[in-house]
Parts: sequence; C-alpha cells; structure tokens
Amino acid sequence: MSNETMTAAKDNKTLDIAAIREDFPILRRQVKGHPLVYFDNAATSQKPREVIDALVYYYTHLNANVHRGIHSLAEEATAAFEATRDAIRAFINAAHREEIIYTKGTTEGINLVAYTWGRKNLKAGDEVIISGMEHHSNIVPWQIVCEEQKAVLKVIPVNDQGELILDEYAKLLSEKTKMVAVVHVSNALGTVNPVKEIIRQAHDKGALTLIDGAQSSLHLDIDVQDLDCDFFVLSAHKMLGPTGAGALYGKKELLEAMPVFLGGGEMIKEVTFEKTTYNELPYKFEAGTPNIADFVAFKPAIDYINRLGKANIRRHEEELLDYATWNIKEIPGVKIIGEAREKASVLSFVIDGVHPQDVGILLDNKGIAVRTGHHCAEPLMNRFCIPGTIRASFAVYNTTEEIDRLMDGLKKAIKLLA
Amino acid sequence: MSETRPISEIEEEIIEEFALFDSWDDKYEYIIDLGKKLQPLDAVHKKDANKVKGCQSTVWLVADYKNGKVTYQAESDAVIVKGLISMLIRVLSGHTPDEILDADMDFINKIGMTSHLAQTRSNGLRAMVKQMKHYALAFKSLKFDV
Repeated sequence: MSNETMTAAKDNKTLDIAAIREDFPILRRQVKGHPLVYFDNAATSQKPREVIDALVYYYTHLNANVHRGIHSLAEEATAAFEATRDAIRAFINAAHREEIIYTKGTTEGINLVAYTWGRKNLKAGDEVIISGMEHHSNIVPWQIVCEEQKAVLKVIPVNDQGELILDEYAKLLSEKTKMVAVVHVSNALGTVNPVKEIIRQAHDKGALTLIDGAQSSLHLDIDVQDLDCDFFVLSAHKMLGPTGAGALYGKKELLEAMPVFLGGGEMIKEVTFEKTTYNELPYKFEAGTPNIADFVAFKPAIDYINRLGKANIRRHEEELLDYATWNIKEIPGVKIIGEAREKASVLSFVIDGVHPQDVGILLDNKGIAVRTGHHCAEPLMNRFCIPGTIRASFAVYNTTEEIDRLMDGLKKAIKLLA
Repeated sequence: MSETRPISEIEEEIIEEFALFDSWDDKYEYIIDLGKKLQPLDAVHKKDANKVKGCQSTVWLVADYKNGKVTYQAESDAVIVKGLISMLIRVLSGHTPDEILDADMDFINKIGMTSHLAQTRSNGLRAMVKQMKHYALAFKSLKFDV
C-alpha cells in the first residue's frame, strides 16, 4: 500500500481510492476491449498485490508441510500458517486462538457445525431456525441434519423491504429451539440483520446461534464476544484474501464438546487399530494437509483491511451505494429489490420486461462485471416472485466513475432489449 | 418447414452474415433482433418436461417429425438466448435425423459466440444443441413418422 493510502487511513480521512486501486493489479486489465469495472464483489473480492505476493513468496521460499516437520522450512511454514490464526482471532475479537478452526470457507464451517454439533444434539421434535434470506449454504446443511434427526426447520419471514420480521422471529422461538442460524449481511439484498438482538433472544430460550459472516467480514466490525454468538463463519476470498481458506469461530467449551468432523492427519493424537484419540483444539477439526499457502496469504489480506480501517471502508462503500441508488432510481422501469434501512454495499434490482441475464451479457460486453440470477438464494427470489436480479456489489476500490459507466451501460442495454 | 440446402451451407451463410458486423455491439443488436422475431411457443409446450437443463435462463424446446424431417420450436424468457435459439433452429430445422446428428455446429465458434459468452452461458448453448440432437436420435430410432 502506498504511503498516501496509509496516511489517509490512519487519519480517518477519506481514503485515497486512486492509490488503493494501484494496489489491485487486476483492476488494470481490459475486458472485451474496455477497462474492467468489477461489481461482483459479493461473489468474490479482488486481491491486493500483498496477497498475491504472499502466495508467490510461500511457494518460492517456504513450501513445506506444517506441524510435523523438524526441519527449518517446516517450522517457518508452520509459523506463517499459524500467524494467520492469530490475525483472524484479533480480527473478530475471539477470546482464544483455539476457537479459530481453519475451514475451506463459510460453507464448510456451517457444514461442520451441522454435522457434528447437529448430529449429536438435535433430537426428534427439536427446532432449528434459519431466515428467509439465507444463502443455500445456510439452508441445505440444516435441512440435511434436520431430516436425519427428525428435527424441524423453521424460517423467519422477510418483509417487502427485505428485512427480517422480528415479531415473527419472536413467535418462532420456543423451548424446542436448539439453534438459530442466520446471515449477518444478505448476499442477494445487502440487508444488514440485527444479529446481536437475534442472538440475545435465542439465548433467552436456551438456543445456540450461528452467524454467517461471509458478506459482513469485509464491511462491518466483527466482535464475536460482544455479539455473544456461539459460532461465526467467514471466507477469506470475500475479504481480499485467497480462495479455499476460511474460518469457523466457536466458543471453546462448545467446540470441545463437539464430536470430530473429518478423520485423518492433524486431528489425531494417537492411533491404534483398536482406538484413536483426538488432538486438541483447534487441530481436532483440521484433518489432512491444509490449504497452507492460501492461509499464509490470508494474513496480508487481514492486515490490509486493518490498515485501511473498517470505518473508512464502510464510509466509502456507503457513498458508492447512495450514489448508485440515487442514480438508478432515475432510470425508468428499474425496481430495487431490498431497501432495508440497514444495508451493506449491494444494489440488487430488476427491470420491467427485461431478463436479468440479457442485461448481464450486454454489460459484460462493455467490460462491466455484475452478477445476475438467484444468487444461490432461491427461496428469497420466490419470496419476491422474481426469477432473479441484477446485482452490483461494491468494494473499497470501486469509484463513482465506474457507477456512471454501469448506469450508462444499463440505459443502453434497456434501449436495446425493451 | 423442409430444408433442401445442406446444414453446412446454412452455417456458412450465418458466418458470412456475422462477418459483416464491425463490433460486438452490432452482433448483439442483430441477435436481440432475431430473438424478438422468434415465433412464440404455444403455452401448452411451456412445461417442465420441455425445459432444457443447463441454461441459466429458462428454455423450452419441442421437436416434430414429419416426412423424415425434424422441425424444432423453442422459446426462452431471455431475449439473447431466444436469438441464439433462432439461429440453431435455422440451421437444424427441416433436416433428417442423420444430417442433424452429423452437424458439427462449428459456426457457433466461428461467429465468436462461445468465446464471447461466459462459460455458463456457453454451456447452455451446448446443452441446447445436445437436446436438439437427442430429439434427432430419438426420431431416428422410430420406424414411422409421428
């Protein structure tokens, strides 16, 4: 990161976006003969030079398997690998480093909890509550385990603005509720859910809570102790880091009581053919050779976010969202899907008489990357009676000039398609 | 409609048409225009059994077999897909099952469509061709016209 960018971040001033853009090499490329406009950040974020360099450095200088080797490379690789765990712990303010379990990403984290905690603790007639705006990753694992355990899956409904109806949530909660698993920020609508309140009410009924932080980790301050959530999951690739790396946070006493997930490798303490004893936290849940390089390169992503400052990132993203929302409302026939009072930087919309896919193709023809479709949240699309939306999701390196190009591209697409 | 010209000749005709366009803007404008002109599919055919799997948008495809020739009708809820379908129908409709099964459909590559569409949509296009060939294969195995 340039000195100017760092000064701006430290002084809590407006970020120098031009300098930040210099840190992301991919933003210099052309797509279909146009400079790339990348508005698919909710699917995956772009990576700063430091993250890319860390991957190259790892394979050039450090590559060795972690934890078991006695040679220097193995020790250095292990130190770099474990340093990321400390960075994640601090990033979400977990109390202990053993509470950070490495996963492939958010989806694996949710599956881990559903398969281990769920299978052990859910009994026939117990209830799991999710919300009507969950990504498939926070629906399907619970469906599977509920079916297996004969437990019941309940859903918090969503209102016309794309917010959870909390009165209905309160009615769903009962002594039967054993788990409440909800998304922090909706990938399809951008809605920021009041998870602290949701967690408090769940705890009042004796239920545990899991927060899907895939979309919130880059944008919102995360403090798992303040939230008091029992589990929190995140993915590196949605927060400027590499793909295939993520974390599950769980309260220590819960993780200790949970059965193991996958068998083999690091999760073992001692094996005989008669009996195996398992390793301690967090390794108990980390079977096999992990995705070492990507975890090593996850730390510079966290460091980068920390240096920019979440408040500064959020301020810039809010400006982008406000600017885009104000401009898109000027285009006839456009309807925004999801107008929650608390929103992260996602603009999801439909256009009268125009299929989202057609718009996506024509925008791509202008080098503008948006997402179209159901965003892996089909039940939510059904709730709004639409096949899908066009979604522009913004990140700290995006600019209002890029939004101007989106608006221009949209107007041209509508003219052609209508 | 029965087609007397070979499939390769129709493919060549489309390749030549596309060669006239200077830019992808013009190509898309043409495809969208084809899509808008595509004959709508009768509502009774718009059922799950006629949906082509592998497409992001919804595509319904039906085929008919008369006098040894296969004719196709299709529709989509997305207009660019409709335009692409229109070209596939123009190339394959009115031919015998053998001619359809032998068609390499390389014109899709030659007009640059597969390289220009994202992989998922390009897969959708391939799924449509595959489904059209499946119909041809099914009709080929029939002893008589339906």
